Amino acid sequence: MTALHGPTVLAILGMGAGTFATRAGGYWLFSRVRPAPWVSTLLSYVPGCLFVSYVVPAVLAGGIKEWVGTAVALVTVRLTGSVIWPIFTGTAAVWLLWVLLR
Amino acid sequence: MSVSATTTSPVLFTRDGFMRGLRASPPLLIGGLPFGLVTGLTAGAHGLSLLEAGLMSALVFAGSAQLIALGVWTAPVPVATVSLASLTGNLRFMLMGPLLATWFDALRGWRRWLTLFFMIDHNWAMALKEIEAGRRDAAFLLGSGMPVWGVWILTTLIGHLSGSLVAAGPGHPLFFAALATFIALLAPMWRGRGDLLPWLAAAAVALGVSRLMPGTAWHIVAGALAGGFTGLLCEQAKGRSA
Repeated sequence: MTALHGPTVLAILGMGAGTFATRAGGYWLFSRVRPAPWVSTLLSYVPGCLFVSYVVPAVLAGGIKEWVGTAVALVTVRLTGSVIWPIFTGTAAVWLLWVLLR
Repeated sequence: MSVSATTTSPVLFTRDGFMRGLRASPPLLIGGLPFGLVTGLTAGAHGLSLLEAGLMSALVFAGSAQLIALGVWTAPVPVATVSLASLTGNLRFMLMGPLLATWFDALRGWRRWLTLFFMIDHNWAMALKEIEAGRRDAAFLLGSGMPVWGVWILTTLIGHLSGSLVAAGPGHPLFFAALATFIALLAPMWRGRGDLLPWLAAAAVALGVSRLMPGTAWHIVAGALAGGFTGLLCEQAKGRSA
C-alpha cells in the first residue's frame, strides 16, 4: 500500500522533471530566443501525432473486443462531442463482449 | 511569441486573484474526475503502490503523459523512456507558457515557477482570456490550478483503491478505459484534412518501431516526430505551390 520502490520513485521523479521542463522550459527558452517558424509549425503537429502513435499500435495489438470498443468510443465522440462519455461506453462495450465471449 | 504588455498597470499576485481562480475551478474539477480514476486504476494494474500512484499524480500532474508512461510500464521500469515520454507527451506546454509571459515575467522567484507548475490546458485558456480582458492578477492561475491538483491526487487514490477492490487481473476489460480515454482525447485533436498525412505517417512509424522495439515507448516519440516533420513538409510544399 505505502511501499516505495527505488526504481519506481526514480521513474516518477524523471517524469516529474520531464513534465516541469515543458511547463517552465517553453516559457524560459522562448523568452530568450524567438522560435523559428518551422519549429512552431512542427510542434503544432506533435500533440495529435503523439496520441495517434499511442492509440494505433495499442488498438491493433488487441482483438475483436478492443476493436469494437474503439468503434463504440469513436461513435460516442461523434454523437456527444464529449471526451468523457466515450470512456464509459467504450469500456462498457469491451466489458460486455468479455462477459459474452468468455 | 510572447505577448508584450500593452498597458502600464503592473501585474499583481494577490489573494483576490487567487480567490478569483478558485471560483473559476469547479467545472474543471468535474471534467477531470474520470481521468484521475482511470489513471489510479491503471497505476495499480501496473503494480504501483497507493503511495507511488499518489506521488506520481502529485509530482507529474499531467494525465495524458501519466497514462502514456503507464502504458509502457514494465519491470524493471524503463526510467529514461518514461521520463522522455512525459517530456514529449507534454510538448504542448512549451508552446503554451510563452503566451502567458506577461504574467510570468512580472513574478519573482518561487512565485513564477510554482505558478508554472500549476499551468494545465484549461486554466491556461482561462488565463489567456483574463489577459485579453486586461486583468493583471497572475495568482488566478494558481487559484484555478491548485484545486484541480488536489482532486487529481484524490481521484488517483480512489481509482487505485477501487482497482484493488475489484481485484481485476491483467486482461480485465476495465483496463480498456485507459485506451478509451486516449481515443476520446484524440478525436477532438483532428483539425482538418491537413492532419491526414501527418497522422498516417505517425501511425505507420509508430507501428514499425513498436514491432522493432516491443515493450518500450520509443514508438510514441518516433511517431510524434515523424508526424511533426510530415506536417512541416506538407505546409512547406503547400507554401511553395501557392
